[in-house]
Amino acid sequence: MRISTFWYCVKQGIKNICRNIWFSLASVATISACIFLFCMFFSIMVNVRHVVHLVETTVGITVFFDEDLTQTQIQAIGDQIGRRPEVASMEFTSGDDAWEIMKEEYFEGFEELAAGFEEDNPMAGSSSYQIFLNDLSKQEKFVNYLENLEGVRRVNYSSSAAAGLTSFNTVVGLLSVLIIGVLLAVSVFLINNTINMTAEFRKHENQIMRYIGATNGMIRAPFVVEGVIIGLLGAVIPLCFMFYLYHQAIGYVQEKFQILSGIFQFLPLESIFPYMAATAMLLGLGIGFFASFFTIRKHLRV
Amino acid sequence: MIEISNVCKEYSEGNKALKNVTITVEDGEFVFIMGRNGSGKTTIFKLLMKEEELTSGKIVVNDMNLGKMPRSYVPKYRRRLGVVFQDFRLLNDRNVYENVAFAMRVVGASSRRIRESVPEMLQMVGLSAKYKMFPHQLSGGEQQRVAIARALINRPEVLLADEPTGNLDSHNAMEIMKLLEEINEMGTTVIVVTHSHEIVEKMHKRVIRMERGCVISDETEYADEAAAEDEDDFEYEEEEAGDDDEEETGSVAEGGNIYED
Repeated sequence: MRISTFWYCVKQGIKNICRNIWFSLASVATISACIFLFCMFFSIMVNVRHVVHLVETTVGITVFFDEDLTQTQIQAIGDQIGRRPEVASMEFTSGDDAWEIMKEEYFEGFEELAAGFEEDNPMAGSSSYQIFLNDLSKQEKFVNYLENLEGVRRVNYSSSAAAGLTSFNTVVGLLSVLIIGVLLAVSVFLINNTINMTAEFRKHENQIMRYIGATNGMIRAPFVVEGVIIGLLGAVIPLCFMFYLYHQAIGYVQEKFQILSGIFQFLPLESIFPYMAATAMLLGLGIGFFASFFTIRKHLRV
Repeated sequence: MIEISNVCKEYSEGNKALKNVTITVEDGEFVFIMGRNGSGKTTIFKLLMKEEELTSGKIVVNDMNLGKMPRSYVPKYRRRLGVVFQDFRLLNDRNVYENVAFAMRVVGASSRRIRESVPEMLQMVGLSAKYKMFPHQLSGGEQQRVAIARALINRPEVLLADEPTGNLDSHNAMEIMKLLEEINEMGTTVIVVTHSHEIVEKMHKRVIRMERGCVISDETEYADEAAAEDEDDFEYEEEEAGDDDEEETGSVAEGGNIYED
């Protein structure tokens, strides 16, 4: 396609929007609502994932071994566990290290009491591995595996935090897919109506174009341009809102719910906005392109 | 060359629009297809435009078999035709220049070519001075000239005109026919679908007459015969000089019409 032809199609697409300004605005508004919700759920999901990831990296699974196992046997079990794909990292704590930690935590100021145990380390049989997982949702299955390992005495882990966060994330995900799906359908319906209206306005012109020998692509192009512009506008508007609202929301939550700030660390907008913007623009472009492309098909009888 | 061989066209309602029609039009010919409403002349026009599919038979236009032509090739084929309609079919929101340029733009011509060709074409149809005017500011004859300019701007091999003078008075009608004749003299094959006896008689061209979907006469020689008859008309017209167009039209129809049923 020549550059002049391309600009001609763009100009005609803009003219189409102006001809049907109210329908076009309604389409833009619906797509904006759809993409705004998408951005909102995207932000929530990304932040929840971030917290889950924090939990994954800070809350580990502790594995204790039978007291009669030698250091070499414990090391061998540790190697076996370390080869599992779910394991992100693991740290070994020997009985002596465990005693040192205990002394620091519980015998501070009572060193003479701790000195009584110097010859007989009460934590001698408490060698352990602290394991951190790649994905908390696999924790239950992994713990089950550990508990069935020969030589493993006890497995300590926090099931509630992981389960709570992962199920919250799943609910948010499902809810967002549902709402976005409904809004997508409404957007496509509205673009469909807008393009149909424009096609009706341009019926005469399209007929002449067909007689002159315009290809379907040439007849279709202004409508696709119209759909794409509506879609992109429908993406840019909510992105601008999100840019402003995200900072406001973080500020509000941190001010009003200070208790949350210790456990819930928000991701900075700069780290999520590029991905959110790219996805939203693609979504807008996709809705506009496909809705107009398929709507105009029935008006293309040669 | 256009070859229409044993063509039948039946619409879905069972209405037979064309029955075994055979017509051959040589390159550079000027042909009238004439007939009453429902005679099938517009169906031929639509078949040639590839707007309708034929039921049986064969149509070959410049070595292209329309029956076997894939849909995707239709736009390319139509670029080799120029089409003019009774109702002009101009874009009312665009001026004369833009209406003609539109035909080049939609086939992807460059801006430079458009700037060169459109003024030339407007000069040919005598509308150079009115290039900025909008269709509603032009007379019917001028609007049809714009439509002809638009049909010719992509240099088609064949010009199809469906009742091109149907909305014009006899003076403007003859002006348009003269323009079509000039275009034909430049080598373009011209096919005019009409029901106007007056125009046909005055033009002295080949006339294919249709009735109820059949060709009832193909009077290639008509031009000569009519020329003799037209001499009488000419004398008659001279006597009537000064009369208005309607009277002139009536007199010609009465004097030289050999197609009256």
